[in-house]
Amino acid sequence: MTARHTTLAAICAILAVLPFFASPYVIHLLIQILLWGFVYTAWSIMGRFGFVSLGHGAFMGVGAYVPALLWNYAGVTPWIGIPLGVALAVLLGVVIGYPCFRLRVIGHYFALVTLALSQVVLLSIVAARDFTGGSLGLTQKAVGYSWYALQFPDKRYFYVTALVLWLGGLAAWRSIDRSIGRQALDAISEDEEAAGAIGIDVLREKLHVTMISAALTALGGAIFGQYLMYLNPETFSGIAVSLQIVFAAIVGGMYAMLGPTVGALLTISLNEGLRVAFATSFIGAANTIYGILLILCIIFMPRGILGALESMSVRRARSKLRGQLAS
Amino acid sequence: MLSLAGVSAGYGSLRALFDISLEVLQGEAVGVIGPNGAGKTTLMRVISGLIPPRGGSMTFEGRSVGGLPAHRIIEQGIAHVPENRRLFPRLTVEDNLRIGAFIPQARRHFAVQVDRVYTLFPRLKERRHQLAGTLSGGEQQMCAIGRALMSGPKLLMMDEPSAGLAPLVVQQVFEFVRRIRANGLTVLIVEQNVQQVLDVVDRAYLLEVGCIKLAGTSRELKGNDFIRKCYMGL
Amino acid sequence: MDIYLLEAIINGVLLGGVLALLALGLNLIFGVIDVVWIAYADIVMCGMYLIYWLYVGLGWPLLLAGAVTITSLAVFGILVHLLIIEPILGSAPINQLLATGGLLFFLQSFATLVFGTDFRNIGVRLPVIEFGEVYISFARLLAFGTALIGSIALYFFLKRTFMGTAIRAIAQDRDIIGLMGADRRRIYLITSMIGGGLAGLAACLLALQYDVHPFVGNTFGPLIFMICVLGGLGNMIGGFIAAFVISQIIAIGGYYSNTELSYVLAFTFFIVLMFVRPRGIFAR
Repeated sequence: MTARHTTLAAICAILAVLPFFASPYVIHLLIQILLWGFVYTAWSIMGRFGFVSLGHGAFMGVGAYVPALLWNYAGVTPWIGIPLGVALAVLLGVVIGYPCFRLRVIGHYFALVTLALSQVVLLSIVAARDFTGGSLGLTQKAVGYSWYALQFPDKRYFYVTALVLWLGGLAAWRSIDRSIGRQALDAISEDEEAAGAIGIDVLREKLHVTMISAALTALGGAIFGQYLMYLNPETFSGIAVSLQIVFAAIVGGMYAMLGPTVGALLTISLNEGLRVAFATSFIGAANTIYGILLILCIIFMPRGILGALESMSVRRARSKLRGQLAS
Repeated sequence: MLSLAGVSAGYGSLRALFDISLEVLQGEAVGVIGPNGAGKTTLMRVISGLIPPRGGSMTFEGRSVGGLPAHRIIEQGIAHVPENRRLFPRLTVEDNLRIGAFIPQARRHFAVQVDRVYTLFPRLKERRHQLAGTLSGGEQQMCAIGRALMSGPKLLMMDEPSAGLAPLVVQQVFEFVRRIRANGLTVLIVEQNVQQVLDVVDRAYLLEVGCIKLAGTSRELKGNDFIRKCYMGL
Repeated sequence: MDIYLLEAIINGVLLGGVLALLALGLNLIFGVIDVVWIAYADIVMCGMYLIYWLYVGLGWPLLLAGAVTITSLAVFGILVHLLIIEPILGSAPINQLLATGGLLFFLQSFATLVFGTDFRNIGVRLPVIEFGEVYISFARLLAFGTALIGSIALYFFLKRTFMGTAIRAIAQDRDIIGLMGADRRRIYLITSMIGGGLAGLAACLLALQYDVHPFVGNTFGPLIFMICVLGGLGNMIGGFIAAFVISQIIAIGGYYSNTELSYVLAFTFFIVLMFVRPRGIFAR
């Protein structure tokens, strides 16, 4: 067992026993961190291979609104509603992804097309205000404690769900990391034509990660919806959300498994810390600092925190080796 | 006029020029010949400021110019016609010439200079509103030379003017070079086509693997056995 | 033809004018420097707040407030390039896009901090003009006219002046522009200045017609990006035309159904067109 494995095991152990003696407030924070960590990790499954999507808010929105609408208007249990929402999100991902990948829409163009996608979802939600409540938002019909409706007043149920999802996200990340697919995608991002020439089904690999990323993001959105019991098109599909996902994943370090989670830790703590420090006296202070930090991070730590730590340790190892060789 | 002493240069950790020393006197035409990859283009880029020199010194008209950025070097009076012409493809011929006169001292004389270039290259005048990317190879070369002339340079440097051109067109280009020379301009030409360039220049240097291997008048080099065997196929 | 449809079409054209101005600014910056200022609409938002504050808050005459807004935003453009873009010019293009995204966050939150989330209006009441049976807001007409003049001025600057030619040239070959005697860095700064100035002009024109609030950038920002990509990122004429195409879709769509749906239509049209012509309708 490597050091990394033991740390992870230790973290998991702590997280497992926390719900038994932590306050609801702490649990609330942890749910945020875990769920957002899950969503950021889902994004980075695409992002790390160069498919920087500025439209993941679309998947979150679809994932959240579909089960909520089905529950409110047709009494359909989220156990069915959520898979449907996820399926729709995956479909959206494929519908956008397939032509993009086929026609080599990349870089800036890809980012802006995905942005347009999230706008389409956002505006559709607002436009259908008679059903969705538009910009005022939607509240699920509350029925108290119910497995059928997937509603639990006790936060600890959501804590466990968030924990499971988060671990699942990491597992998905790792499985893709370990797979042949990952090497294929790295090859693709290095030199797409060469990769195609040696038989890598470029399109299939790209679609594969897109579908997984979309599905997991939608799932995260769905659970968020169930937890918060309130949906709002801006908070789920707005441009700020999409940007936040990208930033947190990059700031934490999207080439490392725990990077996006570090990003979640950072963003949530920052938000909470500033909220507590400034309360309502300076609405907007949190995001202002957030914005500056993000700019600074892109300039000085483009591989994110974990990436910077990694290159520091590589540098240290290298100089140690140099020292050994010299002596 | 131009003098390099012990200049080295490279790209990152790759060194392309080693300890180059050469001279171009006023009114001369000097050539630099050598095989592909010898560093001829690198040499041009160092002189015109696209690449910083490492070590050694570079002076032009007595003033040190080593380390100056490209846009300052052209102000000193050194104009560089890049390899492969490098015209701005979606600008018209006239716009390309206009950008050649960007430096303040050239802007004032734009009208006069552009007339001069059109007199030298009447074909360009015919095509002045045509997009430069649609010109033929020979026309592009003329346009590139014209563009460099717009800045009113004292030293004109040309990087492989014959590259990619049909033999007849190459003849024409070197005819123009002779004419420009006759007008009193100092010229430095880097070329692979040894035969043609030695007929135009007074002196030449042989550059191989980043070092000057030979130097002499064009007559001397034309008679040199090594040059004749390796570079002129004789 | 139904009079309201005619009005919608005309309003579409008028709206297109200001959008075209913004598309020109964004395309200019992208074409020259190869960066997308994701925060462009939010820079406009700041301009709208500025003219509001100068005119309503400090009581300055409107034209002076406008002029100061335009100049301030031009300076702001230079600062954006110096502080945010220049340090990361060499890194992956996506980083540059994201850095300006950080700016978006910052500007929106900062505006919230300073002005709160209320909608503010500059309060200039301009008449509605009657053309036969069609009613056109003078503010819209004025905005369109000014935007058109601005666009034409930009055109002549780019076509006829030395600096303008250099700006057009550098977009085609960045490496050898130095050989022409043009300092690349200086051109970038001037381009950023013009981009900021155009944003300032658009801010003044939009302030005449619409309320300002910290998130107003979200309403037309994505629209501008879409317009630019549709016309071919970096293609000034393409963006100009695309602006009018999109604004017509929105205007006519808004006539037949509600506003949001017309936007959905516009964005969907964009996505579909991306797959027909991935590089934009008038791609280089």
